[in-house]
Amino acid sequence: MDSKKWDKIATGVLYFIAGVMILILAFLLIFILWNGLPHVSWHFLTSPAKSFQSGGGIGIQLFNSFYLLILSMLISIPISIGAGIYLSEYAKKNWLTNLVRTSIDILSSLPSIVVGLFGFLVFSISAGLGFSILSGALALTVFNLPLLTRNVEESLRSISGSQREAGLALGLSKWETVLKIIIPEALPGIITGMILGAGRVFGEAAALIYTAGQSAPPLDFTNWNPFYIASPLNPLRPAETLAVHIWKINSEGIMPDASQVSAGASAVLIIAVLIFNFGARYVGNHIYRKMTGTK
Amino acid sequence: MNDEIKEKLLKKSRATRSEFRGRIISFVCTAIIVTVVVSIFYFVASKGLATFFSNKVNLWDFLSKTIWNPGSTDSHGSPQAGALPMIVGSFAVTILSAVIATPFAIATAVFMTEISPNKGYKILQPVTELLVGIPSVVYGFIGLSVVVPFVRHTFGGTGFGILAGTFVLFVMILPTVTSMSVDALRAVPRYYREASLALGATRWQTIYKVVLRSSAPGLATAVVFGMSRAFGEALAVQMVIGNAALLPHNLVSPASTLTSVLTMGMGNTVMGSAANNALWSLALLLLLMSLVFNLVINKIAKRGKF
Repeated sequence: MDSKKWDKIATGVLYFIAGVMILILAFLLIFILWNGLPHVSWHFLTSPAKSFQSGGGIGIQLFNSFYLLILSMLISIPISIGAGIYLSEYAKKNWLTNLVRTSIDILSSLPSIVVGLFGFLVFSISAGLGFSILSGALALTVFNLPLLTRNVEESLRSISGSQREAGLALGLSKWETVLKIIIPEALPGIITGMILGAGRVFGEAAALIYTAGQSAPPLDFTNWNPFYIASPLNPLRPAETLAVHIWKINSEGIMPDASQVSAGASAVLIIAVLIFNFGARYVGNHIYRKMTGTK
Repeated sequence: MNDEIKEKLLKKSRATRSEFRGRIISFVCTAIIVTVVVSIFYFVASKGLATFFSNKVNLWDFLSKTIWNPGSTDSHGSPQAGALPMIVGSFAVTILSAVIATPFAIATAVFMTEISPNKGYKILQPVTELLVGIPSVVYGFIGLSVVVPFVRHTFGGTGFGILAGTFVLFVMILPTVTSMSVDALRAVPRYYREASLALGATRWQTIYKVVLRSSAPGLATAVVFGMSRAFGEALAVQMVIGNAALLPHNLVSPASTLTSVLTMGMGNTVMGSAANNALWSLALLLLLMSLVFNLVINKIAKRGKF
């Protein structure tokens, strides 16, 4: 009898804690959206930030976030696919592969502030890039590479060996088999992982404060020449992203409406992350259905 | 005619060449990653060790003294770089948040795998995924606008301090630890549960005496992983901890962590100065700690294989 009573009590406690978990998420989402969404308007999304007066927007920061995201994905996607192919197809079981795996493990567990400081030292100072989008994108690449690589490797590994044998039996080389048979089949998984990685990069701030900088100089949206200093596409200008902006105005801001602006910016950030999250699943499923013909 | 065939046979085929090229490309990509890791260690260590070799700070003083003012020198002429307040702060928020998060995370994971594997799992799986995806500055902002005022009203003081940091980190690592615990519980073979139930054990007895015990290494890995996340988190903690490089007297007095001092200080010091080198030593400490966490995780994970 006693053990049955305990069983009931324990089940009740577990239900309660699971409920608390859901409440925490609900509270976070509602708090951010409830406080933030009223401040989000077209004006807020497109106008530049103001340092000393209220009424500033997040236009430049939003653009910077996306530009930085695209640049860093352009660098990290090819590298991670290459490394993923090597690890799943070519790597033999020896000390070298162990070394590679250990370093990927270590890289993925490094605090992002350490990655940011490394980027500051190497890209901003030693390479002379200064506080710029390019050094920010390189730091984000370092931050994102281990997870993307692992994702590519796992997606490739999940493809059955008979596909590889089929390719080799047709007289294709190993490399051709990978490119033309294995990667297309693994594509849904790879793309899902990439989009999730993009969401993570979009919200990252610690790796950026000393690489992409904490200032957002005004941009001239009529001049798209990448070499012009105020051009939105210039990769050598400093670029404060949305996440860095939230941190900056909260920790050392003198803006009178800092909490409204950060509430609005947080809401935008959360919505972007939600879109990335659901988008990843939707796009992955969509491609899978399209390629396999399953309904 | 004969020569042409001979030449064709002796020359590498197109496929062989593309195979060679592909092998090289993929190897170079892998080499890039390894190079990055090695150079992170090299650069951070070369900067961080300068405190001890060129600025002549005693390693033991660095770890045990409590006065952090590396811009000025003490009576012996070496910079006052006592990192103990930050070390204590970092470990305090890490351990406290892990202590609170562990029961919540494991209970949720048990609920998802043992109590309600269909409905509960379907609801809680996306919940944890979404929580993982929320950027850390947003957690910091919520900490600043909800947790800090709450702590101020309830416990007095400014509200900034280790307690606020603990709350923020608790919510931050909760989803990570939960989803890793779920993986650990799912790895327990089904026949373990069946055997226990067949012996007449209730569901709770099965969970407590069989499932949790056999998945203990996996659960420990999840907790240590969460701790390493908490230890390395910078901005969210920096926003709520109060940023005073003092040894904390209690949980609600302003304190600082390794990461918060790094975040605040790096931009205000001149490259190569003693103050700057001391900050790099903190970064090196952070790097070494993440290595330690990594080693511990590997050690535990080796034991937990079914």
